[in-house]
Amino acid sequence: MTAPLIEAQSLRMEYRVGRGQVLRALDGVSLAVRPGEVLGLVGESGCGKSTLGRCLLRLARPTAGRVVFDGTDITALPERTLRPLRQGMQMVFQDSYASLNPRRRIGDLIAEPLRVHRDGQGRRRTAADIAARLAELMDLVGLPQAALARYPHEFSGGQRQRINIARALALSPRLVVADEPVSALDVSIQAQIVNLFMDLRDRLGLTYVFVAHDLAVVRQISTRVAVMYLGAIVELGDADTVLHRPAHPYTAALIAAVPEPVVLPDGDRAPPLRGDVPSPIAPPPGCRFHTRCPSAQDRCRTDPPALRDPGDGRQVACHFPLTGG
Amino acid sequence: MPLLAVRDLTIALPVGGRMVTIIDSVSFTLGAREILGIVGESGSGKSMTALALMGLIDAPGARITGSARFKGRELVGLPQRAFRDLRGREIAMIFQDPMTAFTPVYTVGWQIDEQIRAHGRVTRKDARARTIRLLGDMGVPDPARVADRYPHQLSGGLRQRAMIAMALSCNPSLLIADEPTTALDVTVQAQILDLLRRLRREYGSSVLLITHDMGVVAETCDRTMVLYSGIIAERGPTGAVFARPGHPYTAALLDSIPPLHGARPARLPSIPGSPPAPADRPAGCPFTPRCAYAHDACAVRPPLLPRGVQDIACVLPAEGRDLPARCATV
Repeated sequence: MTAPLIEAQSLRMEYRVGRGQVLRALDGVSLAVRPGEVLGLVGESGCGKSTLGRCLLRLARPTAGRVVFDGTDITALPERTLRPLRQGMQMVFQDSYASLNPRRRIGDLIAEPLRVHRDGQGRRRTAADIAARLAELMDLVGLPQAALARYPHEFSGGQRQRINIARALALSPRLVVADEPVSALDVSIQAQIVNLFMDLRDRLGLTYVFVAHDLAVVRQISTRVAVMYLGAIVELGDADTVLHRPAHPYTAALIAAVPEPVVLPDGDRAPPLRGDVPSPIAPPPGCRFHTRCPSAQDRCRTDPPALRDPGDGRQVACHFPLTGG
Repeated sequence: MPLLAVRDLTIALPVGGRMVTIIDSVSFTLGAREILGIVGESGSGKSMTALALMGLIDAPGARITGSARFKGRELVGLPQRAFRDLRGREIAMIFQDPMTAFTPVYTVGWQIDEQIRAHGRVTRKDARARTIRLLGDMGVPDPARVADRYPHQLSGGLRQRAMIAMALSCNPSLLIADEPTTALDVTVQAQILDLLRRLRREYGSSVLLITHDMGVVAETCDRTMVLYSGIIAERGPTGAVFARPGHPYTAALLDSIPPLHGARPARLPSIPGSPPAPADRPAGCPFTPRCAYAHDACAVRPPLLPRGVQDIACVLPAEGRDLPARCATV
């Protein structure tokens, strides 16, 4: 088994939200992503998936626990020591417009990381090096060279996301964390960008952590999937195993709730999950999901289940995991 | 007589000194107790259509032509004063973001009471009783308590339910829902879609559901109308449109949705390029530049013609080249 490229060990992230209350965005999350893997992080708003993505890149500093990137513990590294490592890990965000300074040309925006960081030999990159790299990047993400001289507002959402990907790839990172990178795009454009992510992984041997709420998109791109609920992982495993034969009732409910472009008779629809996600400031005791779980029993109300392997290589945090599926 | 009959609705806005057509000759009808889905990507004109029906297009210089008859009454050109009478009472609208429908400074219950009292002689007490009943009907737990809360104190799902309660407070015969579940999590979206289906059964409402999500349409709408670039590409019973899409755009849109079940495709079929800006629409079929079936005949705008139970604005059926049926997966 190869060593993980990025690893989270018992991560906790707490925010003080006033009146002495604490919001626990991450409550003891552990996972490892190996080189070449695509880990899909799914869950509803407030489950902690974005916070986890940000902690992995040390854009947020976890309250407790460790983040290990390529064998180095980066949890508490000072910014100066962290900077050279940052070349190896990059991020793509949901809002393609907010991520780009509207007053700068695309060429400048993508060149910035190349100007800030030195090259492999510790030398500043020359203007010619940068120009050559920009040309390469445009080809890589499928944009015309002429785009370099234009401004962000001149592009459509899909093209802007290509620009953001080009910038993220400028320093040849090994790990890319993408936070909802296609959710603001129209479906026809979304498919183009999902394909681009998959092509780039194959061509450049990238490793992704792909944060998304859309299960179908996550299934398309991920090799493994982690399902989160209220700051904790409830199920983690091979994408096909988890999404085809979910063991956690929450995973099953999420899948059932996705409206599919197929017309079914009214009676064939599973009844929707009841209620809302409880507040992460005061999560329910026991299993966090018991307030909405169709198969909750007494034990679930008091005894929080730990992640364990039900016997097929995945991990599930449930006292009564579903079988068969 | 259908509840709503829209005929050749055309909306043009002045852009940079010339009139640009945003919606081009859109026609459709909506019957009693029917849910019609208007589906399309951003810029297709779906929200504009809704705003026109509500008399809410106030851009200076906007030109709206054609006809939209609601219960026999012409809406195009109706003075604002008359529209005000209609809105809320006869036609109500819900939006993607409930925070914009409620004012943050009054409780949710107060705002629904106000709506009820604005349209009828009702005492404060009776209005509140009706508000609480409505909230309860919308699946709000503990409705009396929720009525006393301010919008920001409610979760997204509860706010959406409260907004639907407010929209239904005067028993409108037509509910226009513009992306009502887009901002919600999937499990809450499933609850709201369930609610919309129930409304038709229990309140007899007709719903015009505007969305970009083909899955949402498949789950809720009796009939579907696909808009592309301000024109109707295709319309028909939802089951038929999804099983045998007649317009290459509908087919390509359905194909580009990653499947949740079955084999994963190595690559997702995608539609090249992006929709044209309204000012740059090609003269013929607006989908031509992105269409896999584009040929010479596409240079002329194809009319919307019946083909089986559907109406399709494409030259292919007339040429005897129907698109292959999709196999329904699940």
